[in-house]
Amino acid sequence: MDSVIKVEELTKRFGNFTAVDHISFSVQRGEIFGFLGANGAGKTTAMRMLCGLSRPTSGRGMVAGYDIETQYEDIKNNIGYMSQRFSLYEDLKVWENIRLFGGIYGVDEKEIKHRTDELLAELHFEKERNAYVKSLPLGWKQKLAFSVAIFHRPSIVFLDEPTGGVDPATRRQFWEMIYAAAEQGITIFVTTHYMDEAEYCNRVSIMVDGRIDALDTPRRLKSEFGATTMDEVFRALARHAGRKE
Amino acid sequence: MARMGFLLEKEFKQFIRNALLPKLVIMFPILVMLIMPWVATMEVKNVAVTVVDNDRTQLSHRLVDKIAASGYFDMQPLVAGYRAGEQDISTGRADIVIEIPQGMERNIESGQNVALQISANAVDGMKGGIGSNYLVSIINDFVAELGADRGDETAPAGALSVLYLYNPTLNYRFFMIPALMIILVITIGGFLPALNIVSEKEIGTIEQINVSPVRKWEFILAKLIPYWIMGVVIFSLALLLAYWIYGLAPAGSLLTIYAAAVLFTIVMSGVGLIVSNYSSTMQQSMFIMFFFAVLFILMCGLFTPVASMPAWAQVIASLLPPRYFIEILRSVYLKGSGIAELYEQFLFLAGFAVLFSVGAVLSYQKRG
Repeated sequence: MDSVIKVEELTKRFGNFTAVDHISFSVQRGEIFGFLGANGAGKTTAMRMLCGLSRPTSGRGMVAGYDIETQYEDIKNNIGYMSQRFSLYEDLKVWENIRLFGGIYGVDEKEIKHRTDELLAELHFEKERNAYVKSLPLGWKQKLAFSVAIFHRPSIVFLDEPTGGVDPATRRQFWEMIYAAAEQGITIFVTTHYMDEAEYCNRVSIMVDGRIDALDTPRRLKSEFGATTMDEVFRALARHAGRKE
Repeated sequence: MARMGFLLEKEFKQFIRNALLPKLVIMFPILVMLIMPWVATMEVKNVAVTVVDNDRTQLSHRLVDKIAASGYFDMQPLVAGYRAGEQDISTGRADIVIEIPQGMERNIESGQNVALQISANAVDGMKGGIGSNYLVSIINDFVAELGADRGDETAPAGALSVLYLYNPTLNYRFFMIPALMIILVITIGGFLPALNIVSEKEIGTIEQINVSPVRKWEFILAKLIPYWIMGVVIFSLALLLAYWIYGLAPAGSLLTIYAAAVLFTIVMSGVGLIVSNYSSTMQQSMFIMFFFAVLFILMCGLFTPVASMPAWAQVIASLLPPRYFIEILRSVYLKGSGIAELYEQFLFLAGFAVLFSVGAVLSYQKRG
């Protein structure tokens, strides 16, 4: 298996504050990689550097075969991204958002139409095709945002707390979508708060105070920490955290 | 290039669907052109005058009638005695009090000197100063008439005659309307773009754009083009209204005016987007934009001539794009100048247009 993300000693400082502190890890193609950590542990900052949204202070990283320091615009052709804040255009209709982002990533008109029909059918959103995005319930918006993030068939998709504020049933459906995407060969890089979701991942890393304190499969982490759930593993690690939420 | 099409489509849809903006773009020029030319005037009219006539003769009545007939003054009821006149000023009923001395007619008949007293309220310096000047010139005219009546050749009858070029009726409105058109482009063409990118930052949608392979110039150009169109629409509306309502048509060519208007619209939308790029909240961008608007409106010669500013201020004024636009607009409207006479101003405007458009692209950062 080859790695699609490879990071060495990646660091980000804001003034005196070190948000991400020399982290190193790699993610294999097709993996569902869980990026865990308390609020303020540095997950989002690290993810933003990988996506070319934030400049690293030091360290190296390769994403989809491109250097995050110099080739960050090339990375963007090969990744999808779903931010913590919902970021589709609320004043555009469902189909218009799909069309816009498809077009931005260079999918041609005919293909956009074809894939839009397919996507709306899969989501059972046919009736909402002409609805303004602002009128959709949050869970639906999240599902739509995820579908838009992988619409251009990227090799990696970055999901920043994609299920925040969503009910358990919708979260369940959301993870089914993630699995379906992974089956198509898309590497999933996902941050989450929910420890039950961590169990769904192939491997998880746990960030504490800007560093990665643990990285392994959920099963091995649990046995290493003598825990029965990921929640216990997480608490054992987070106990030593200096940063408060 | 295909990407630009998708982005433009998005910008236009968002604009049309906004509850307020399309209405604003139509209503704003109409209101400004309907109301402002009547109020933004330096002409002094309706100066309230109280006459204290201590003479009460045929001659003093003739003087009062002459003042009233000039049309500049709003005649207040006669009062008895200077004290009462002063009272009128302090209560705000009068701006100027003119006191005609007792025995004026008699003294003039006998060839003696006569002194009239004019007291003006100078709290509003412009009104007091110009009002009393008008009054003095009317009285001088009156004196000349009297001299002519008596066949006195020595009296200074109409010593000076002025012929005004280009704006022969000295209609202040014709001077102000081009300025108002510029204010329209500054406000709509500058403020709307200033709000645009920063609002995408506040909502969070800009992240989704920044993480995509969209090129900086594509994104910025897709933002700019709708404002260029809007600027030209607003300007055309103002142009038509100036013609329909005030009968003001440019003495020169429309093409020259449009060339300048397009350049200036590009300048203003560039300024707006640069401000938007550097701001992280709408409050910030509004505040910065307001500063520029005040600077532009007060320093570029819209209301006060640049030539009468101190030297250092003239240097600043020469760095302000609207200064060149106002020169072009007034010259074409009133003098009928063409591009040949105004090439220097056009060169500056074009330079600013390139500078600010490039600045708008460069100041947009996809990666923080």
